[in-house]
Amino acid sequence: MTNDFRLALAKDLVVALEQGNELEADKLLDKIASQKEGQLFKELGLLTRQLHDTMTGFSLDSKITSMTENDIPDAKERLQYVITMTEQAANQTLNAVEDLLPVSRTLNEQVEELSAKWERFLDREMPFEEFKSMSEEITRHFKESKGSLVQVQSGLNEILMAQGFQDITGQIIKRVIDLVQDLEVSMVELVQLAGGRKESEVTQDNEHDLPGPVVPGVDDKAGDVANNQDDVDDLLSSLGF
Amino acid sequence: MKILVVDDFSTMRRIVKNLLRDLGFTNTVEADDGKTALPILEAGGIDFLVTDWNMPGMTGIELLKAVRSNPDLVDLPVLMVTAEAKREQIIMAAQAGVNGYVIKPFTAATLKEKIEKIFERIDG
Repeated sequence: MTNDFRLALAKDLVVALEQGNELEADKLLDKIASQKEGQLFKELGLLTRQLHDTMTGFSLDSKITSMTENDIPDAKERLQYVITMTEQAANQTLNAVEDLLPVSRTLNEQVEELSAKWERFLDREMPFEEFKSMSEEITRHFKESKGSLVQVQSGLNEILMAQGFQDITGQIIKRVIDLVQDLEVSMVELVQLAGGRKESEVTQDNEHDLPGPVVPGVDDKAGDVANNQDDVDDLLSSLGF
Repeated sequence: MKILVVDDFSTMRRIVKNLLRDLGFTNTVEADDGKTALPILEAGGIDFLVTDWNMPGMTGIELLKAVRSNPDLVDLPVLMVTAEAKREQIIMAAQAGVNGYVIKPFTAATLKEKIEKIFERIDG
């Protein structure tokens, strides 16, 4: 509404009032008011827009809230499980090594003792009686070695299996890294929103749509996971496997 | 008997390979996801597939489906060794035509049992 236009309206209004022309005066007042209303709608539009922006900001907020309420405590439990698993693996390995070291030491001592005797026999320095006892010792040694080597084999297998933790913990840690990255993105968005520089645009991370390793106390709450191989076997046999 | 072992973690591939060697299967090949595994399978000569599920590029379930939809590979025995343990996933794998399903962490005895079971069924 230009100033001239408003001035003209005002002058007309004064004239109408001076003349006592009530009808004309009311009409002119309505005209002026309607000009004001246009202004009001414009303001209302702006307010609505601001409200919309704020609401979008709120939805971002709720994402962060759900992260702090659920994902972060979950992540703590997941990392705790990583500690448990690595500890188990370390103990399993150390136990096997501690069991095997004496076995290999004993074998080594026996071999050293017998090979010294064998040398003397080859040099023809051994009386017949001693030869007889050495033969018995050799027989015993073969028997014992066999058992010891079976023990070594199974210990090595224990150590081999213990290394499975690296796969599982690796998967769990990757997920926690993704969560931290998500959180970082959300925080940056929130800061930008608070500064009024950017409208929120929540990025979606679809990389891990697979549930991944079951962390006890976190992923088994809903009861929809197999907790061990027996559960898997039962389920498969119920499907006719 | 030539076996293809597919897992994105090299430590797990080594574990499976060593266990297989212990069971008498010395001829093994490795791939780190479905994408690299598929050309090896298509080239022929693989008698048994052991695969993880969650892998970048192409997952184990996608690999399984690709195998079952290929007339040359449709009867290839497939054992899934994975940390994925949701019931619906196990059912999905069964429906896609898996021959055995082992969840991680597993024992040497479990792997042996499942492999023997698969071969028993094939031979019988």
